[in-house]
Amino acid sequence: MTTANQTAVERYRNNFLKEVEANVEEGHMVKMCMQCGVCAGSCPLGPHWTHSPQKIFMMIRAGKRDEVLGSDSMFMCTSCYNCMVRCPRQLPITHIMHGLANYAHRLGLAPKGQPTRDFATLFWNNAIKKGRVNELMLTLRHYFRGGLVSGIKEALGMQSVGLGLFLAKRLNPMEIFGGHGVKDLKGFHAIIAKAKEIEDRKKGFTS
Amino acid sequence: MNAPATPVTPKYAAYICSGCGIGDAMKVGQLENIAKKEGKMALVKSHPFLCNAEGVQIIRDDIANEQVTHVCIAACSRRAKTEAFQFDGVAMSRANLREGVLWVVAAGKEHDEVRQEMAADYVRMGCAEVKKMKQPAGNAKESSSKRILVVGGGMSGMTAALEIAEAGYEAVIVEKTGALGGMAAKLWKRQPFKAPYSAAQEVGAGETAAKIAASPLIKVHLNSTIAETSGAPGRFAIKVAQESGAVSEETVGAIVQATGFTTYDMAKLPELGGGQPNVVDQAGLEAMALAANGGAIKRADGKDVKSVVFVQCAGQRDTTGQHLSYCSGHCCGTSIKQATYFKDQNPDIDTVVMYQDLRVPGMGEDFYRGAQERGVIFTKGKASKVTGGDNCAVTFKDLILDEENTIAADLVVLATGQVPNAGVDLEAWNPVVTAAEGGDEAAKAQRIVMHDSSVLKLNYRQGPDVPQFKHGFADSHFICFPYETRRTGIYAAGPVRRPMDMLQATDDATGAALKAIQAVENAAIGRAAHPRSGDLSFPTARLEGCTQCKRCTVECPFGAIDEDEKRFPKFNEERCRRCGTCMGACPVRVISFENYSVDTVGSQVKAVEIPEEDEEKPRILVLACENDAYPALDMAGLARMNYSAWVRVIPVRCLGSVNTIWITDALNSGYDGVMMMGCKKGDDYQCHFVKGSELAHYRMSKIGDTLKQMGLEPERVVTQEVAITDNARVVKLINDYVAELDKLGPSPMKGFG
Repeated sequence: MTTANQTAVERYRNNFLKEVEANVEEGHMVKMCMQCGVCAGSCPLGPHWTHSPQKIFMMIRAGKRDEVLGSDSMFMCTSCYNCMVRCPRQLPITHIMHGLANYAHRLGLAPKGQPTRDFATLFWNNAIKKGRVNELMLTLRHYFRGGLVSGIKEALGMQSVGLGLFLAKRLNPMEIFGGHGVKDLKGFHAIIAKAKEIEDRKKGFTS
Repeated sequence: MNAPATPVTPKYAAYICSGCGIGDAMKVGQLENIAKKEGKMALVKSHPFLCNAEGVQIIRDDIANEQVTHVCIAACSRRAKTEAFQFDGVAMSRANLREGVLWVVAAGKEHDEVRQEMAADYVRMGCAEVKKMKQPAGNAKESSSKRILVVGGGMSGMTAALEIAEAGYEAVIVEKTGALGGMAAKLWKRQPFKAPYSAAQEVGAGETAAKIAASPLIKVHLNSTIAETSGAPGRFAIKVAQESGAVSEETVGAIVQATGFTTYDMAKLPELGGGQPNVVDQAGLEAMALAANGGAIKRADGKDVKSVVFVQCAGQRDTTGQHLSYCSGHCCGTSIKQATYFKDQNPDIDTVVMYQDLRVPGMGEDFYRGAQERGVIFTKGKASKVTGGDNCAVTFKDLILDEENTIAADLVVLATGQVPNAGVDLEAWNPVVTAAEGGDEAAKAQRIVMHDSSVLKLNYRQGPDVPQFKHGFADSHFICFPYETRRTGIYAAGPVRRPMDMLQATDDATGAALKAIQAVENAAIGRAAHPRSGDLSFPTARLEGCTQCKRCTVECPFGAIDEDEKRFPKFNEERCRRCGTCMGACPVRVISFENYSVDTVGSQVKAVEIPEEDEEKPRILVLACENDAYPALDMAGLARMNYSAWVRVIPVRCLGSVNTIWITDALNSGYDGVMMMGCKKGDDYQCHFVKGSELAHYRMSKIGDTLKQMGLEPERVVTQEVAITDNARVVKLINDYVAELDKLGPSPMKGFG
């Protein structure tokens, strides 16, 4: 358990709804859910995740902190906004889902090895390094996430695509040596650091 | 009104309209001859547009100059052109040549013969009927009371009395307790009933009571109950008994029963903690909130409440048969309101409303949302066990997460339902009375206990209270006639007639008050109440023929008939709704109305010309209820749907008024079959007289023996339930029946008639 997690547990005395309201984007709308289930029925990924938004909201109210923050459901959201458009109570469901995913990730409670979460982490770490996405490194790291053998297999499987991109000058093999960045890299890193500081302060991640 | 009775020498006239295409499709001259020769009409005229000013004037002139007293109009349905064909002081019959013949018999020359025969029969029937009719004279009362008694001084009763007074009538309230207000006075706040709908609002019972005290038209009896109600609309005599024993008398014209409800006894719910400490019902919580007077609501042991769980549907919507099977409607809103008592006082108090289906009718959705905004938690779950005590616990099945769970709470509130205060259940009363009259001592004691629990203590032949319908609520039809009970002039309002919240109860009280005002006005001029409003006829019995079989007194759906000292039926015409169920019940046929009798219908049955067997033209009698079936047949005509030209339709006031003699007469005279069309019966009845259709079905279930004796197949008499929207269905019913009778072959009675 991280320090941030311990602090949160202590501060909200097991009142998970209040914790969500304080720390999760649009979390104050969770209490307005009337359990009609339209979101659950609208979700195109419905069969592929453990808990529907309806259930997630009910679990938050029932104080099921570990189950909610350990759920893979929020990471499966593709932001199609179907639920949000249809919700009769106008809950910003998509935003709440992303807020919950972010909160669980920051607390270190999100499920390990969840592919969407892993790819998102990879993408973020890649992007903030130079302020631009190094596509060659991103794809290579993604292919080799499971080890050398599976990586070579996956990369070979995509070689025709890679060749096509190279010929169309959309892929520069020299990027493997670090690639190019934004003009003011120092300034960019300062922006990211400041944003993180503000978010940490707002959400109570002071450590 | 008060027109003189039919003059000594009756003069009959028939008017045949050839408009709307009647003249093109039928030989009107032949119909005139039939009216004259067979119908024995003194005057017969035809007109191409009878309902226009000129046509109507012809009739008016004949009434004025030729002393015509009885008019048969052969034109459209009796339900059409009623304003044009309205002649005071004369008896009138209508032969339905348009909706009944022209529009339903297939067009074309090949059908000319049967069409003409059908029209001729309807003319014969119209002439036969009118000769047996008398114009009802009415029976206005010199001294009819227009005061209205309101039983119960709660929110419904107070509202009814105020509405009555506002309309300029006098009201008398009889209230059992020492103060007005009833359940409303025991509430801290009420559910929002006016904008904004997001927060609980002041009850205002005190202000309403003050308005009553200030009204010169309202008299209040506190600490009083009713010792006896006798009489009828316009002349109810009420004995009001005070707690002290003093009895005073009130004369009133109508009664509004607003006796409200009692909360379902929590002690019957031990599994939900009923009776255990810190488990209360909603009324219990209101008492705690009143005691707190806006401050923190404390438990009985003085401790603060930090968490509270509201268990909805406690002992309601029960499928096991042990508890209330219905939803009381107000309890979701009430629990939301009570949760806001806690949240508004201290937002840190955990409030959970545990529901299966949250039902917040009307503007309740705003209130629900308002409570959610305040942080009230709504959990969809079904409680299986509640333990009370210092630390309460609610074990429940979470219906979203599909798992068993337990919530701890300092206080548990059970949303129990409403039990109506409707008095004695007559279904239980009547067997006890029969046993007591048979000399059973236990039954005699039981009868006294039951009578003591009666609200109205009516001295009616059929029992001391209004009949109950489902679940002990006073009988009423929730769509068609919500306030009507089966006791004319007595109107139920508020939770005594169905479960409801306070806003609905006050609306209800207003409706019932207006119905009561109608009732006193109608009673004063001898007019019927709903559904034959305005009818001046009333039943009379030729007592010298009466065998005292009591069928009329037992079967009258409205308890209108008592027994006199000699055990003859005693008609209370003000209580009568003119359905004719007594007439249908009477085995010796001594009961009749001036314009509706065994003869008016019987003579029509006999007037139809029955073709010989070898003509292969069956005749089928259709007795159609005028409330739903006859309009449905008219609508079928309006839609130009064709049905068999073998049928002859006679409208009846209610299937309950059908006397079996009409059926046996019809079969004896050679009809091939008889079809009866009445309203839906049973729990979801549509019968305008509540029980008429049911009684008719019951009577017809017994007719098999008679048919057997006559050597006829039981299929020759059928009874159907028909709704007013069934225009396509009535056509199919008729045509299918004609096909079935065709298989049976012609009636063996033909030629003996």
